[in-house]
Amino acid sequence: MHFPPPSRFLGQTGKERVEGAFFFFPSATSSFLLRFPVGDLNRRIPKKKEGSQIAVVQIDYLEGRMSGQGQRLTVVPTVTMLGVMKARLVGATRGHALLKKKSDALTVQFRAILKKIVTTKESMGEIMRASSFALTEAKYVAGENIKHVVLESVKSASLRVRSRQENVAGVKLPRFEHFSDPGAGDTKADLTGLARGGQQIQACRAAHIKAIEVLVELASLQTSFLTLDEAIKTTNRRVNALENVIKPRLENTINYIRGELDELEREDFFRLKKIQGYKKREIERQLQAAKQFAEEQFAEKVSLKKGISINSAHNLLVAGAEKDEDIIF
Amino acid sequence: MAGRAQIPTKNSALIAMIADEDTVVGFLLSGVGDVDLRRKRNYFIVDSKTTVKAIEDAFKDFTTREDIAIVLISQYIANMIRFQVDSYNNPVPAILEIPSKDHPYDPTQDSVLSRVRYLFSAESIASSRY
Repeated sequence: MHFPPPSRFLGQTGKERVEGAFFFFPSATSSFLLRFPVGDLNRRIPKKKEGSQIAVVQIDYLEGRMSGQGQRLTVVPTVTMLGVMKARLVGATRGHALLKKKSDALTVQFRAILKKIVTTKESMGEIMRASSFALTEAKYVAGENIKHVVLESVKSASLRVRSRQENVAGVKLPRFEHFSDPGAGDTKADLTGLARGGQQIQACRAAHIKAIEVLVELASLQTSFLTLDEAIKTTNRRVNALENVIKPRLENTINYIRGELDELEREDFFRLKKIQGYKKREIERQLQAAKQFAEEQFAEKVSLKKGISINSAHNLLVAGAEKDEDIIF
Repeated sequence: MAGRAQIPTKNSALIAMIADEDTVVGFLLSGVGDVDLRRKRNYFIVDSKTTVKAIEDAFKDFTTREDIAIVLISQYIANMIRFQVDSYNNPVPAILEIPSKDHPYDPTQDSVLSRVRYLFSAESIASSRY
């Protein structure tokens, strides 16, 4: 009879590859394990290059949520990734708060400019009326030809505007200011009205220059208004994007990673328990085998000593172990 | 922020005008008129015989010229090319609507103020977040 040495069972448990044991356990986790053998977790999911944006977004169809809320980034569910995602969420939250503050500041500026524009436009109407009245006076006094004289005498502009940028709440707003360029050809215009109506011409000129001042300021306000409008729209768009897309996505990714890590832990635990059970059964089986072996050896010894067959020796031993009351052996 | 039209810092820029004769003469008196080397003027006189196309061309010309920072346009002329004026989105040059002698200033037709009115009545773009 061939008895296997006990070492075959007891031997290399410590060195036994853990993966090899799994395929024998039909259970809920095994189907998962078959698809994701432990060592290959990194192979299935695309590797992320350092510093690049994670471009792949996974849509959670299982629960039929709205497309904006069920999405998460596709990442490798490791502890490092969890840290990275948490850092990004913190960054997104802080950015969201800052952008909201910026949007509020811009809105305050916006409303102030709006009010100023409305008042300035009204005053501009007044001033234009005054200046065209002065012009009519001048025309009346200096004669109708004044138009042609003026049109002829245009050379280079003496009244110009200068544009520069002002930084208001982080937005560069343009500002116009008028200035007089003295080098330009003023002389021809000065001779206008030399014959008659010189005073009215001067008055008209003064009125128009004042009108130009108001108009330049109005132009400043208007461009600031348009620029601020655009800036506010952009900022609000970013705030909404952070609030409704980026943050939920990051939160979903973090939850997913946590879930995966928990499941891995559970798997580990389950594996551990199974192995313990397996080992325990192995040990029991070995004890059984050893006991049987010992019994058979003893039976052999008895049979040799007493010269009976092994079977009867077995029976003797077994009977002896049973303690039959009838037999007084 | 990148992507937005940069407003150049200029040291001397002109004021262009598209208006009727009287208004233009008045402003020319004050010295905003300019004729450059190529005989291009920064003003455009509109009378009863001017076609809408000519006005459109002048408007486009003034808004694409780099040395013009402000364009003054009479309101009744702006009404003729309202579509073009309303679709103009650049901050520079700034388009300003001025009243003329025969047509007093009407704030309801101003392209900028109409946006303001929309903002005021619709509780403003700035608070459309809520």
